[in-house]
Amino acid sequence: MSEMIEVPLHAVAHSRAGDKGNRCNMSLMPYDPALYPILAEQVTEERVLALFRHRGATRVTRYDLPLLQAFNFVVDDVLEGGVNGSLNLDGHGKTQSFRLLSLTVRVPKAQAPG
Amino acid sequence: MSTPFLVGNGAGFSGDRVDAPIPVVRSLVARGLPAALFFETLGERTVALAQLERRRDPELGYEPMLERLLEPILKDCVTHRIPILGNFGAANPPAAARLIARLAVRLGLPDCRIAVVTGDDVTSSIALDQLPVHEADDSIETKSARLVSANAYIGAAPLVEALRQGADVVVAGRTSDPALAIAPLVHHFGWSFEDWEKLAIGAACGHLLECGSQVTGGVFWDPGCKDIPDPWNIGFPIAEVTAEGGLVITKPEDTGGIVDLRTVKEQLLYELHDPARYITPDVVLDIMGCTVEQLGKDRVAVRGLRGHPAPDTLKVTACFEGTWLGEGEVSVAGPNALARAKATADVLLRRLGMRGLPVRARVDLIGVASVHDSDDGALWRGYQGPEPPEVRIRLAAEGSDRDAVDQAAREVLALLCCGTAGTGGARWRLTPRILTRSYLVLRERVPTSVKVRTAQEMAA
Repeated sequence: MSEMIEVPLHAVAHSRAGDKGNRCNMSLMPYDPALYPILAEQVTEERVLALFRHRGATRVTRYDLPLLQAFNFVVDDVLEGGVNGSLNLDGHGKTQSFRLLSLTVRVPKAQAPG
Repeated sequence: MSTPFLVGNGAGFSGDRVDAPIPVVRSLVARGLPAALFFETLGERTVALAQLERRRDPELGYEPMLERLLEPILKDCVTHRIPILGNFGAANPPAAARLIARLAVRLGLPDCRIAVVTGDDVTSSIALDQLPVHEADDSIETKSARLVSANAYIGAAPLVEALRQGADVVVAGRTSDPALAIAPLVHHFGWSFEDWEKLAIGAACGHLLECGSQVTGGVFWDPGCKDIPDPWNIGFPIAEVTAEGGLVITKPEDTGGIVDLRTVKEQLLYELHDPARYITPDVVLDIMGCTVEQLGKDRVAVRGLRGHPAPDTLKVTACFEGTWLGEGEVSVAGPNALARAKATADVLLRRLGMRGLPVRARVDLIGVASVHDSDDGALWRGYQGPEPPEVRIRLAAEGSDRDAVDQAAREVLALLCCGTAGTGGARWRLTPRILTRSYLVLRERVPTSVKVRTAQEMAA
Protein backbone atom coordinates (compact mmCIF):
# COMPACT_ATOMS: atom_id res chain seq x y z
CA MET A 1 0.00 0.00 0.00
CA SER A 2 1.56 3.25 -1.10
CA GLU A 3 1.40 6.41 0.93
CA MET A 4 -1.86 8.40 0.55
CA ILE A 5 -2.04 12.17 0.31
CA GLU A 6 -4.98 14.56 0.41
CA VAL A 7 -5.53 16.70 -2.71
CA PRO A 8 -8.41 18.77 -4.08
CA LEU A 9 -10.34 16.95 -6.80
CA HIS A 10 -9.14 19.67 -9.18
CA ALA A 11 -5.65 18.16 -9.04
CA VAL A 12 -6.79 14.75 -10.28
CA ALA A 13 -10.10 15.22 -12.10
CA HIS A 14 -12.13 17.55 -14.31
CA SER A 15 -15.79 18.52 -14.33
CA ARG A 16 -18.46 20.52 -16.18
CA ALA A 17 -21.80 21.78 -14.84
CA GLY A 18 -25.10 22.23 -16.64
CA ASP A 19 -28.64 23.16 -15.56
CA LYS A 20 -32.26 22.21 -16.11
CA GLY A 21 -34.62 24.28 -14.01
CA ASN A 22 -33.59 24.15 -10.36
CA ARG A 23 -31.41 21.11 -10.88
CA CYS A 24 -27.72 21.05 -11.69
CA ASN A 25 -25.70 18.22 -13.15
CA MET A 26 -21.94 17.96 -12.81
CA SER A 27 -19.78 15.46 -14.58
CA LEU A 28 -16.59 14.24 -12.91
CA MET A 29 -13.77 12.45 -14.73
CA PRO A 30 -10.38 11.45 -13.28
CA TYR A 31 -7.39 12.21 -15.52
CA ASP A 32 -5.89 8.85 -14.57
CA PRO A 33 -8.31 5.92 -15.11
CA ALA A 34 -6.66 4.14 -12.18
CA LEU A 35 -8.27 6.70 -9.87
CA TYR A 36 -11.82 5.87 -10.96
CA PRO A 37 -12.48 3.32 -8.16
CA ILE A 38 -10.91 5.66 -5.60
CA LEU A 39 -13.21 8.51 -6.63
CA ALA A 40 -16.16 6.09 -6.67
CA GLU A 41 -15.43 5.26 -3.05
CA GLN A 42 -14.73 8.79 -1.81
CA VAL A 43 -16.88 11.18 -3.84
CA THR A 44 -20.15 9.96 -2.45
CA GLU A 45 -23.64 11.41 -2.87
CA GLU A 46 -23.56 12.37 0.83
CA ARG A 47 -20.32 14.35 0.54
CA VAL A 48 -21.52 16.18 -2.55
CA LEU A 49 -24.84 16.99 -0.89
CA ALA A 50 -22.96 18.44 2.10
CA LEU A 51 -20.97 20.64 -0.27
CA PHE A 52 -24.16 22.23 -1.64
CA ARG A 53 -26.43 22.10 1.39
CA HIS A 54 -25.90 25.82 2.13
CA ARG A 55 -27.71 26.53 -1.14
CA GLY A 56 -30.72 24.39 -0.30
CA ALA A 57 -29.74 21.21 -2.18
CA THR A 58 -32.08 18.41 -1.16
CA ARG A 59 -30.78 15.35 -2.98
CA VAL A 60 -27.79 14.12 -4.97
CA THR A 61 -27.96 11.21 -7.39
CA ARG A 62 -24.70 9.81 -8.74
CA TYR A 63 -24.73 7.90 -12.02
CA ASP A 64 -21.61 5.82 -12.67
CA LEU A 65 -20.31 5.34 -16.20
CA PRO A 66 -17.32 3.01 -15.80
CA LEU A 67 -16.83 2.58 -19.56
CA LEU A 68 -16.27 6.33 -19.87
CA GLN A 69 -14.54 6.53 -16.49
CA ALA A 70 -17.01 9.26 -15.64
CA PHE A 71 -19.56 10.10 -12.97
CA ASN A 72 -22.64 12.26 -13.38
CA PHE A 73 -23.88 14.02 -10.25
CA VAL A 74 -27.42 15.37 -10.39
CA VAL A 75 -28.06 17.84 -7.57
CA ASP A 76 -31.69 18.75 -6.87
CA ASP A 77 -32.84 22.21 -5.73
CA VAL A 78 -29.33 23.64 -5.74
CA LEU A 79 -29.89 26.61 -8.05
CA GLU A 80 -31.95 28.73 -5.66
CA GLY A 81 -34.88 28.71 -8.06
CA GLY A 82 -32.92 28.26 -11.28
CA VAL A 83 -32.01 30.80 -13.89
CA ASN A 84 -35.47 32.37 -13.83
CA GLY A 85 -35.84 32.75 -10.10
CA SER A 86 -32.37 32.93 -8.62
CA LEU A 87 -30.76 36.09 -7.31
CA ASN A 88 -27.36 34.51 -7.93
CA LEU A 89 -25.13 36.10 -10.57
CA ASP A 90 -24.74 32.63 -12.05
CA GLY A 91 -28.33 31.43 -12.14
CA HIS A 92 -27.37 28.62 -14.52
CA GLY A 93 -24.93 27.23 -11.97
CA LYS A 94 -22.17 26.85 -14.55
CA THR A 95 -19.54 27.73 -11.98
CA GLN A 96 -20.62 25.00 -9.56
CA SER A 97 -18.35 22.38 -11.18
CA PHE A 98 -15.43 24.16 -9.56
CA ARG A 99 -17.04 23.93 -6.14
CA LEU A 100 -17.20 20.18 -6.69
CA LEU A 101 -13.53 20.25 -7.71
CA SER A 102 -12.66 21.91 -4.39
CA LEU A 103 -13.70 18.75 -2.53
CA THR A 104 -10.67 16.86 -1.23
CA VAL A 105 -9.84 13.21 -1.82
CA ARG A 106 -7.09 10.92 -0.55
CA VAL A 107 -5.09 9.38 -3.38
CA PRO A 108 -1.90 7.28 -3.56
CA LYS A 109 1.07 9.63 -3.67
CA ALA A 110 2.28 7.92 -6.85
CA GLN A 111 -0.93 8.94 -8.64
CA ALA A 112 -1.01 12.53 -7.44
CA PRO A 113 0.39 15.15 -9.82
CA GLY A 114 3.95 16.47 -9.23
CA MET B 1 -16.47 2.01 -44.39
CA SER B 2 -18.80 4.13 -46.49
CA THR B 3 -18.21 7.76 -47.37
CA PRO B 4 -18.92 9.88 -44.30
CA PHE B 5 -21.40 12.72 -44.14
CA LEU B 6 -20.12 15.81 -42.38
CA VAL B 7 -22.19 17.81 -39.89
CA GLY B 8 -20.74 21.18 -38.91
CA ASN B 9 -21.88 23.53 -36.16
CA GLY B 10 -21.77 27.30 -36.56
CA ALA B 11 -23.17 28.52 -33.23
CA GLY B 12 -23.92 27.01 -29.83
CA PHE B 13 -26.08 29.78 -28.41
CA SER B 14 -27.41 33.23 -29.16
CA GLY B 15 -24.39 35.36 -28.34
CA ASP B 16 -21.74 32.98 -29.65
CA ARG B 17 -18.68 34.11 -31.65
CA VAL B 18 -20.07 35.37 -34.97
CA ASP B 19 -16.93 34.53 -36.96
CA ALA B 20 -17.01 30.87 -35.88
CA PRO B 21 -18.85 29.48 -38.95
CA ILE B 22 -16.22 30.74 -41.41
CA PRO B 23 -13.48 28.11 -40.77
CA VAL B 24 -16.12 25.40 -40.38
CA VAL B 25 -17.51 26.08 -43.86
CA ARG B 26 -14.00 26.45 -45.30
CA SER B 27 -13.22 22.98 -43.95
CA LEU B 28 -16.49 21.43 -45.17
CA VAL B 29 -15.89 22.84 -48.67
CA ALA B 30 -12.22 21.75 -48.74
CA ARG B 31 -13.04 18.19 -47.75
CA GLY B 32 -15.53 17.90 -50.60
CA LEU B 33 -17.76 15.40 -48.82
CA PRO B 34 -21.55 15.68 -48.53
CA ALA B 35 -22.25 17.96 -45.58
CA ALA B 36 -24.67 20.15 -43.64
CA LEU B 37 -24.21 23.05 -41.24
CA PHE B 38 -26.43 23.83 -38.26
CA PHE B 39 -26.90 26.73 -35.87
CA GLU B 40 -28.32 26.37 -32.36
CA THR B 41 -29.17 29.84 -31.11
CA LEU B 42 -32.36 29.38 -29.11
CA GLY B 43 -32.20 28.97 -25.34
CA GLU B 44 -35.18 28.18 -23.15
CA ARG B 45 -35.96 31.84 -22.46
CA THR B 46 -34.52 33.30 -25.67
CA VAL B 47 -37.78 32.49 -27.41
CA ALA B 48 -39.76 34.56 -24.88
CA LEU B 49 -37.46 37.55 -25.33
CA ALA B 50 -37.84 37.12 -29.09
CA GLN B 51 -41.64 37.00 -28.71
CA LEU B 52 -41.53 40.32 -26.85
CA GLU B 53 -39.40 41.76 -29.69
CA ARG B 54 -41.94 40.55 -32.22
CA ARG B 55 -44.77 42.25 -30.34
CA ARG B 56 -42.87 45.52 -30.61
CA ASP B 57 -42.07 45.02 -34.31
CA PRO B 58 -43.73 42.28 -36.44
CA GLU B 59 -40.55 42.02 -38.57
CA LEU B 60 -38.37 41.18 -35.54
CA GLY B 61 -38.26 38.30 -33.08
CA TYR B 62 -35.56 36.16 -34.68
CA GLU B 63 -31.85 35.72 -33.84
CA PRO B 64 -30.41 39.27 -33.77
CA MET B 65 -27.00 38.17 -35.16
CA LEU B 66 -28.54 36.17 -38.02
CA GLU B 67 -27.29 38.30 -40.89
CA ARG B 68 -23.83 38.62 -39.35
CA LEU B 69 -23.62 34.83 -38.93
CA LEU B 70 -24.79 33.93 -42.44
CA GLU B 71 -23.38 36.68 -44.66
CA PRO B 72 -19.78 35.35 -44.84
CA ILE B 73 -20.78 31.73 -45.50
CA LEU B 74 -24.12 31.66 -47.32
CA LYS B 75 -22.67 31.79 -50.85
CA ASP B 76 -20.16 28.99 -50.21
CA CYS B 77 -22.82 26.80 -48.62
CA VAL B 78 -25.36 27.27 -51.42
CA THR B 79 -22.73 26.86 -54.16
CA HIS B 80 -21.38 23.65 -52.63
CA ARG B 81 -24.81 22.22 -51.72
CA ILE B 82 -24.23 22.37 -47.98
CA PRO B 83 -27.68 22.94 -46.46
CA ILE B 84 -27.91 25.25 -43.45
CA LEU B 85 -30.36 24.44 -40.65
CA GLY B 86 -31.08 26.63 -37.66
CA ASN B 87 -33.54 27.42 -34.94
CA PHE B 88 -32.54 31.04 -35.54
CA GLY B 89 -36.11 31.77 -36.61
CA ALA B 90 -36.87 31.97 -32.87
CA ALA B 91 -40.33 33.54 -32.43
CA ASN B 92 -40.60 34.65 -36.06
CA PRO B 93 -39.26 32.15 -38.65
CA PRO B 94 -41.07 33.86 -41.57
CA ALA B 95 -39.36 37.20 -40.87
CA ALA B 96 -35.99 35.47 -40.46
CA ALA B 97 -36.54 33.79 -43.82
CA ARG B 98 -37.33 37.14 -45.46
CA LEU B 99 -34.08 38.56 -44.08
CA ILE B 100 -32.14 35.58 -45.47
CA ALA B 101 -33.93 35.98 -48.81
CA ARG B 102 -32.86 39.62 -49.07
CA LEU B 103 -29.31 38.62 -48.13
CA ALA B 104 -29.28 35.83 -50.74
CA VAL B 105 -30.50 38.15 -53.49
CA ARG B 106 -27.85 40.69 -52.53
CA LEU B 107 -25.18 37.96 -52.70
CA GLY B 108 -26.33 36.96 -56.20
CA LEU B 109 -28.21 33.84 -55.08
CA PRO B 110 -31.80 34.50 -56.21
CA ASP B 111 -32.47 30.75 -56.62
CA CYS B 112 -31.44 29.93 -53.05
CA ARG B 113 -34.28 27.81 -51.62
CA ILE B 114 -35.41 28.83 -48.17
CA ALA B 115 -37.69 26.68 -46.01
CA VAL B 116 -39.83 28.02 -43.19
CA VAL B 117 -40.81 25.47 -40.55
CA THR B 118 -43.72 26.46 -38.33
CA GLY B 119 -46.00 24.80 -35.83
CA ASP B 120 -43.81 24.90 -32.73
CA ASP B 121 -45.55 28.07 -31.50
CA VAL B 122 -48.58 26.81 -29.57
CA THR B 123 -49.17 30.02 -27.60
CA SER B 124 -52.73 30.39 -28.86
CA SER B 125 -53.51 26.83 -30.00
CA ILE B 126 -53.16 24.76 -26.83
CA ALA B 127 -54.83 25.37 -23.47
CA LEU B 128 -51.92 24.93 -21.09
CA ASP B 129 -54.02 24.58 -17.94
CA GLN B 130 -55.35 21.27 -19.30
CA LEU B 131 -51.87 19.75 -19.56
CA PRO B 132 -49.76 17.85 -17.03
CA VAL B 133 -46.90 19.96 -15.71
CA HIS B 134 -43.44 18.57 -16.43
CA GLU B 135 -41.08 21.06 -14.74
CA ALA B 136 -41.79 24.39 -13.11
CA ASP B 137 -40.00 27.23 -11.45
CA ASP B 138 -40.74 27.12 -7.75
CA SER B 139 -41.65 30.77 -7.64
CA ILE B 140 -44.19 30.66 -10.45
CA GLU B 141 -47.79 31.64 -9.94
CA THR B 142 -49.27 30.91 -13.32
CA LYS B 143 -52.83 31.76 -12.32
CA SER B 144 -52.03 35.43 -12.31
CA ALA B 145 -48.92 35.42 -14.53
CA ARG B 146 -49.25 36.64 -18.10
CA LEU B 147 -48.27 34.17 -20.79
CA VAL B 148 -45.59 35.45 -23.18
CA SER B 149 -44.93 32.37 -25.30
CA ALA B 150 -45.48 28.63 -25.44
CA ASN B 151 -43.44 26.54 -27.82
CA ALA B 152 -43.21 22.80 -28.41
CA TYR B 153 -39.83 21.18 -28.94
CA ILE B 154 -40.47 19.67 -32.34
CA GLY B 155 -38.42 16.85 -33.81
CA ALA B 156 -36.50 16.30 -37.04
CA ALA B 157 -39.37 15.22 -39.33
CA PRO B 158 -40.38 18.66 -40.67
CA LEU B 159 -36.70 19.56 -41.13
CA VAL B 160 -36.20 16.41 -43.20
CA GLU B 161 -39.25 17.36 -45.27
CA ALA B 162 -37.68 20.76 -45.95
CA LEU B 163 -34.46 19.10 -47.11
CA ARG B 164 -36.46 16.72 -49.34
CA GLN B 165 -37.96 19.78 -51.00
CA GLY B 166 -34.44 20.97 -51.82
CA ALA B 167 -34.02 23.63 -49.16
CA ASP B 168 -30.63 25.35 -49.01
CA VAL B 169 -31.57 27.03 -45.74
CA VAL B 170 -34.05 25.63 -43.21
CA VAL B 171 -35.43 28.27 -40.85
CA ALA B 172 -37.08 26.89 -37.73
CA GLY B 173 -38.12 28.13 -34.33
CA ARG B 174 -38.30 25.86 -31.28
CA THR B 175 -36.86 22.57 -32.50
CA SER B 176 -35.07 20.19 -30.19
CA ASP B 177 -31.36 20.90 -30.47
CA PRO B 178 -30.36 17.37 -31.59
CA ALA B 179 -33.04 17.45 -34.34
CA LEU B 180 -30.90 19.98 -36.20
CA ALA B 181 -28.24 17.27 -36.64
CA ILE B 182 -30.59 14.28 -36.90
CA ALA B 183 -32.47 15.81 -39.84
CA PRO B 184 -29.61 16.06 -42.39
CA LEU B 185 -28.44 12.54 -41.42
CA VAL B 186 -31.90 11.01 -41.85
CA HIS B 187 -32.26 12.84 -45.16
CA HIS B 188 -28.81 11.85 -46.48
CA PHE B 189 -28.72 8.23 -45.37
CA GLY B 190 -32.44 7.53 -45.66
CA TRP B 191 -32.61 6.30 -42.07
CA SER B 192 -36.04 5.31 -40.81
CA PHE B 193 -37.68 7.28 -38.00
CA GLU B 194 -38.03 3.94 -36.22
CA ASP B 195 -34.38 2.95 -36.50
CA TRP B 196 -33.61 3.85 -32.89
CA GLU B 197 -29.95 2.81 -33.06
CA LYS B 198 -29.27 5.15 -35.98
CA LEU B 199 -31.34 7.98 -34.52
CA ALA B 200 -29.30 7.59 -31.34
CA ILE B 201 -26.15 8.29 -33.38
CA GLY B 202 -27.83 11.41 -34.75
CA ALA B 203 -28.98 12.52 -31.30
CA ALA B 204 -25.49 12.05 -29.85
CA CYS B 205 -24.01 13.91 -32.81
CA GLY B 206 -26.44 16.78 -32.20
CA HIS B 207 -25.90 16.75 -28.44
CA LEU B 208 -22.11 16.83 -28.81
CA LEU B 209 -22.20 19.64 -31.40
CA GLU B 210 -25.15 21.75 -30.25
CA CYS B 211 -23.07 23.90 -27.89
CA GLY B 212 -20.49 24.69 -30.54
CA SER B 213 -17.03 25.09 -29.04
CA GLN B 214 -17.96 23.26 -25.83
CA VAL B 215 -16.73 20.03 -27.44
CA THR B 216 -13.61 21.63 -28.92
CA GLY B 217 -12.20 23.39 -25.87
CA GLY B 218 -14.77 26.03 -24.88
CA VAL B 219 -15.65 26.07 -21.14
CA PHE B 220 -12.98 23.39 -20.91
CA TRP B 221 -9.68 25.25 -20.83
CA ASP B 222 -8.16 25.70 -17.42
CA PRO B 223 -4.75 27.39 -17.69
CA GLY B 224 -1.89 25.22 -16.47
CA CYS B 225 -4.24 22.24 -15.99
CA LYS B 226 -6.20 21.78 -19.21
CA ASP B 227 -4.50 24.03 -21.75
CA ILE B 228 -5.74 24.33 -25.32
CA PRO B 229 -4.08 25.91 -28.38
CA ASP B 230 -5.21 29.45 -29.30
CA PRO B 231 -8.31 29.85 -27.09
CA TRP B 232 -9.01 33.12 -28.94
CA ASN B 233 -9.69 31.12 -32.10
CA ILE B 234 -11.40 27.88 -31.02
CA GLY B 235 -12.53 25.87 -34.04
CA PHE B 236 -16.19 24.89 -33.93
CA PRO B 237 -16.94 21.18 -34.27
CA ILE B 238 -17.48 18.95 -37.27
CA ALA B 239 -18.82 15.40 -36.97
CA GLU B 240 -18.13 12.63 -39.47
CA VAL B 241 -21.03 10.18 -39.60
CA THR B 242 -21.26 7.02 -41.70
CA ALA B 243 -24.30 5.10 -42.94
CA GLU B 244 -23.45 2.31 -40.51
CA GLY B 245 -23.55 4.72 -37.58
CA GLY B 246 -19.87 5.57 -37.14
CA LEU B 247 -19.43 8.88 -35.32
CA VAL B 248 -16.18 10.87 -35.14
CA ILE B 249 -15.88 14.35 -33.64
CA THR B 250 -13.28 16.67 -35.15
CA LYS B 251 -12.76 20.36 -36.05
CA PRO B 252 -11.29 22.54 -38.81
CA GLU B 253 -7.52 22.16 -39.16
CA ASP B 254 -6.58 25.83 -39.23
CA THR B 255 -8.15 26.68 -35.87
CA GLY B 256 -7.36 26.60 -32.17
CA GLY B 257 -9.03 24.46 -29.55
CA ILE B 258 -8.78 20.72 -29.09
CA VAL B 259 -10.85 17.56 -29.51
CA ASP B 260 -9.81 14.83 -27.11
CA LEU B 261 -11.33 12.29 -24.75
CA ARG B 262 -11.68 14.93 -22.05
CA THR B 263 -13.58 17.50 -24.16
CA VAL B 264 -15.87 14.83 -25.60
CA LYS B 265 -16.69 13.31 -22.20
CA GLU B 266 -17.43 16.71 -20.66
CA GLN B 267 -19.83 17.60 -23.46
CA LEU B 268 -21.40 14.13 -23.64
CA LEU B 269 -22.54 14.50 -20.02
CA TYR B 270 -23.43 18.20 -20.30
CA GLU B 271 -27.00 18.91 -19.12
CA LEU B 272 -27.62 15.19 -18.92
CA HIS B 273 -29.47 13.64 -16.02
CA ASP B 274 -30.10 9.89 -16.28
CA PRO B 275 -27.42 8.81 -18.83
CA ALA B 276 -29.65 5.89 -19.86
CA ARG B 277 -32.52 8.21 -20.79
CA TYR B 278 -31.68 11.42 -22.61
CA ILE B 279 -35.08 12.27 -24.04
CA THR B 280 -35.40 13.95 -27.43
CA PRO B 281 -38.54 14.15 -29.60
CA ASP B 282 -36.99 11.66 -32.05
CA VAL B 283 -35.32 9.06 -29.84
CA VAL B 284 -34.36 8.35 -26.24
CA LEU B 285 -30.56 8.25 -26.14
CA ASP B 286 -28.76 5.81 -23.83
CA ILE B 287 -25.03 6.38 -23.30
CA MET B 288 -24.47 3.77 -20.58
CA GLY B 289 -22.52 1.59 -23.02
CA CYS B 290 -20.69 4.49 -24.66
CA THR B 291 -16.92 4.42 -25.21
CA VAL B 292 -14.60 7.01 -26.73
CA GLU B 293 -11.31 6.54 -28.56
CA GLN B 294 -8.72 9.05 -29.76
CA LEU B 295 -8.12 8.19 -33.43
CA GLY B 296 -5.61 10.94 -34.11
CA LYS B 297 -5.00 14.62 -33.43
CA ASP B 298 -8.37 16.28 -32.77
CA ARG B 299 -10.28 13.17 -33.82
CA VAL B 300 -12.37 11.18 -31.33
CA ALA B 301 -14.64 8.23 -32.16
CA VAL B 302 -17.81 7.78 -30.10
CA ARG B 303 -19.20 4.24 -29.98
CA GLY B 304 -21.66 2.07 -28.09
CA LEU B 305 -24.64 4.42 -28.25
CA ARG B 306 -28.09 2.92 -27.90
CA GLY B 307 -31.51 4.27 -28.75
CA HIS B 308 -34.97 3.62 -27.35
CA PRO B 309 -38.35 4.53 -28.89
CA ALA B 310 -39.28 8.21 -28.93
CA PRO B 311 -41.86 9.37 -26.38
CA ASP B 312 -45.51 9.90 -27.37
CA THR B 313 -45.34 13.40 -25.96
CA LEU B 314 -43.45 16.57 -26.79
CA LYS B 315 -42.20 19.06 -24.24
CA VAL B 316 -43.84 22.46 -24.37
CA THR B 317 -42.07 25.29 -22.59
CA ALA B 318 -44.25 28.23 -21.64
CA CYS B 319 -42.78 31.58 -20.64
CA PHE B 320 -44.62 33.98 -18.36
CA GLU B 321 -43.96 37.55 -17.37
CA GLY B 322 -42.13 37.34 -14.09
CA THR B 323 -40.99 39.68 -11.39
CA TRP B 324 -38.51 42.57 -11.65
CA LEU B 325 -34.84 42.14 -10.88
CA GLY B 326 -32.82 45.06 -9.59
CA GLU B 327 -29.04 44.83 -9.31
CA GLY B 328 -26.44 47.28 -8.06
CA GLU B 329 -22.69 47.05 -7.51
CA VAL B 330 -19.95 49.15 -5.90
CA SER B 331 -16.28 48.48 -5.22
CA VAL B 332 -13.87 48.91 -2.33
CA ALA B 333 -10.14 48.24 -2.51
CA GLY B 334 -6.94 48.46 -0.49
CA PRO B 335 -6.45 48.36 3.29
CA ASN B 336 -9.42 47.08 5.31
CA ALA B 337 -11.39 46.28 2.12
CA LEU B 338 -13.04 43.17 3.58
CA ALA B 339 -14.35 44.94 6.68
CA ARG B 340 -15.66 47.82 4.57
CA ALA B 341 -17.34 45.36 2.19
CA LYS B 342 -19.02 43.39 4.98
CA ALA B 343 -20.24 46.57 6.64
CA THR B 344 -21.58 47.82 3.31
CA ALA B 345 -23.49 44.58 2.81
CA ASP B 346 -25.11 44.84 6.21
CA VAL B 347 -26.00 48.50 5.67
CA LEU B 348 -27.67 47.71 2.33
CA LEU B 349 -29.86 44.99 3.83
CA ARG B 350 -30.68 47.19 6.81
CA ARG B 351 -31.71 50.04 4.48
CA LEU B 352 -34.14 47.79 2.59
CA GLY B 353 -35.74 46.74 5.88
CA MET B 354 -35.77 50.29 7.23
CA ARG B 355 -37.62 51.54 4.17
CA GLY B 356 -39.99 48.56 4.18
CA LEU B 357 -39.38 47.80 0.51
CA PRO B 358 -41.31 44.63 -0.51
CA VAL B 359 -38.40 42.80 -2.15
CA ARG B 360 -36.41 39.61 -1.72
CA ALA B 361 -32.74 40.56 -1.57
CA ARG B 362 -29.25 39.14 -1.40
CA VAL B 363 -25.76 40.58 -1.13
CA ASP B 364 -22.62 39.11 -2.69
CA LEU B 365 -19.03 40.02 -1.96
CA ILE B 366 -17.49 39.44 -5.36
CA GLY B 367 -13.89 38.37 -4.87
CA VAL B 368 -14.73 36.72 -1.54
CA ALA B 369 -17.82 34.61 -2.26
CA SER B 370 -20.63 35.17 -4.73
CA VAL B 371 -21.53 32.57 -7.38
CA HIS B 372 -20.89 29.67 -5.00
CA ASP B 373 -22.70 31.37 -2.14
CA SER B 374 -26.27 31.17 -0.90
CA ASP B 375 -28.86 33.95 -0.60
CA ASP B 376 -27.99 34.42 3.07
CA GLY B 377 -24.29 34.86 2.29
CA ALA B 378 -23.20 31.85 4.33
CA LEU B 379 -19.82 31.64 2.60
CA TRP B 380 -18.76 35.30 2.76
CA ARG B 381 -20.04 35.69 6.32
CA GLY B 382 -17.95 32.68 7.33
CA TYR B 383 -14.90 33.64 5.27
CA GLN B 384 -11.64 33.10 7.18
CA GLY B 385 -9.13 33.50 4.32
CA PRO B 386 -6.60 36.20 3.61
CA GLU B 387 -7.54 39.88 3.22
CA PRO B 388 -8.67 40.40 -0.40
CA PRO B 389 -7.05 43.33 -2.27
CA GLU B 390 -10.43 44.37 -3.69
CA VAL B 391 -14.08 43.46 -3.18
CA ARG B 392 -17.07 44.30 -5.33
CA ILE B 393 -20.31 44.44 -3.39
CA ARG B 394 -23.42 43.38 -5.28
CA LEU B 395 -27.02 43.76 -4.20
CA ALA B 396 -29.72 41.80 -6.03
CA ALA B 397 -33.40 42.39 -5.27
CA GLU B 398 -36.54 41.05 -6.84
CA GLY B 399 -40.24 41.62 -6.46
CA SER B 400 -43.43 42.23 -8.38
CA ASP B 401 -43.50 45.97 -7.50
CA ARG B 402 -41.28 47.58 -10.12
CA ASP B 403 -40.84 50.81 -8.22
CA ALA B 404 -39.85 49.02 -5.01
CA VAL B 405 -37.22 46.96 -6.87
CA ASP B 406 -35.93 50.11 -8.54
CA GLN B 407 -35.68 51.84 -5.18
CA ALA B 408 -33.81 48.87 -3.74
CA ALA B 409 -31.23 48.95 -6.55
CA ARG B 410 -30.81 52.70 -6.13
CA GLU B 411 -29.72 52.12 -2.52
CA VAL B 412 -26.43 50.96 -4.04
CA LEU B 413 -26.10 54.19 -6.00
CA ALA B 414 -26.63 56.19 -2.80
CA LEU B 415 -23.50 54.58 -1.36
CA LEU B 416 -21.43 56.87 -3.56
CA CYS B 417 -22.00 59.51 -0.91
CA CYS B 418 -23.32 57.55 2.08
CA GLY B 419 -21.06 54.49 1.86
CA THR B 420 -17.80 53.59 3.60
CA ALA B 421 -14.60 55.49 2.89
CA GLY B 422 -13.26 54.80 -0.59
CA THR B 423 -16.48 53.44 -2.16
CA GLY B 424 -16.70 53.81 -5.94
CA GLY B 425 -17.63 52.39 -9.32
CA ALA B 426 -21.40 52.18 -8.87
CA ARG B 427 -23.52 50.47 -11.53
CA TRP B 428 -27.18 49.54 -11.26
CA ARG B 429 -29.92 48.21 -13.52
CA LEU B 430 -33.49 46.99 -13.54
CA THR B 431 -34.62 44.10 -15.75
CA PRO B 432 -37.90 42.20 -16.22
CA ARG B 433 -37.73 38.47 -15.55
CA ILE B 434 -39.25 35.60 -17.50
CA LEU B 435 -40.58 32.53 -15.72
CA THR B 436 -40.84 29.19 -17.45
CA ARG B 437 -42.96 26.13 -16.98
CA SER B 438 -42.82 22.93 -19.04
CA TYR B 439 -45.71 20.70 -20.01
CA LEU B 440 -46.06 17.45 -21.93
CA VAL B 441 -48.40 17.37 -24.90
CA LEU B 442 -49.32 14.50 -27.22
CA ARG B 443 -47.30 14.99 -30.41
CA GLU B 444 -50.41 14.72 -32.63
CA ARG B 445 -51.56 18.00 -31.15
CA VAL B 446 -48.57 19.85 -32.62
CA PRO B 447 -48.94 19.77 -36.40
CA THR B 448 -46.03 21.34 -38.26
CA SER B 449 -45.84 22.89 -41.68
CA VAL B 450 -43.02 23.43 -44.18
CA LYS B 451 -42.99 26.02 -46.96
CA VAL B 452 -40.08 26.26 -49.39
CA ARG B 453 -39.64 29.19 -51.76
CA THR B 454 -36.74 30.77 -53.60
CA ALA B 455 -35.05 33.86 -52.26
CA GLN B 456 -36.30 35.84 -55.25
CA GLU B 457 -39.94 34.85 -54.65
CA MET B 458 -39.62 35.57 -50.97
CA ALA B 459 -37.84 38.90 -51.27
CA ALA B 460 -40.29 40.19 -53.88
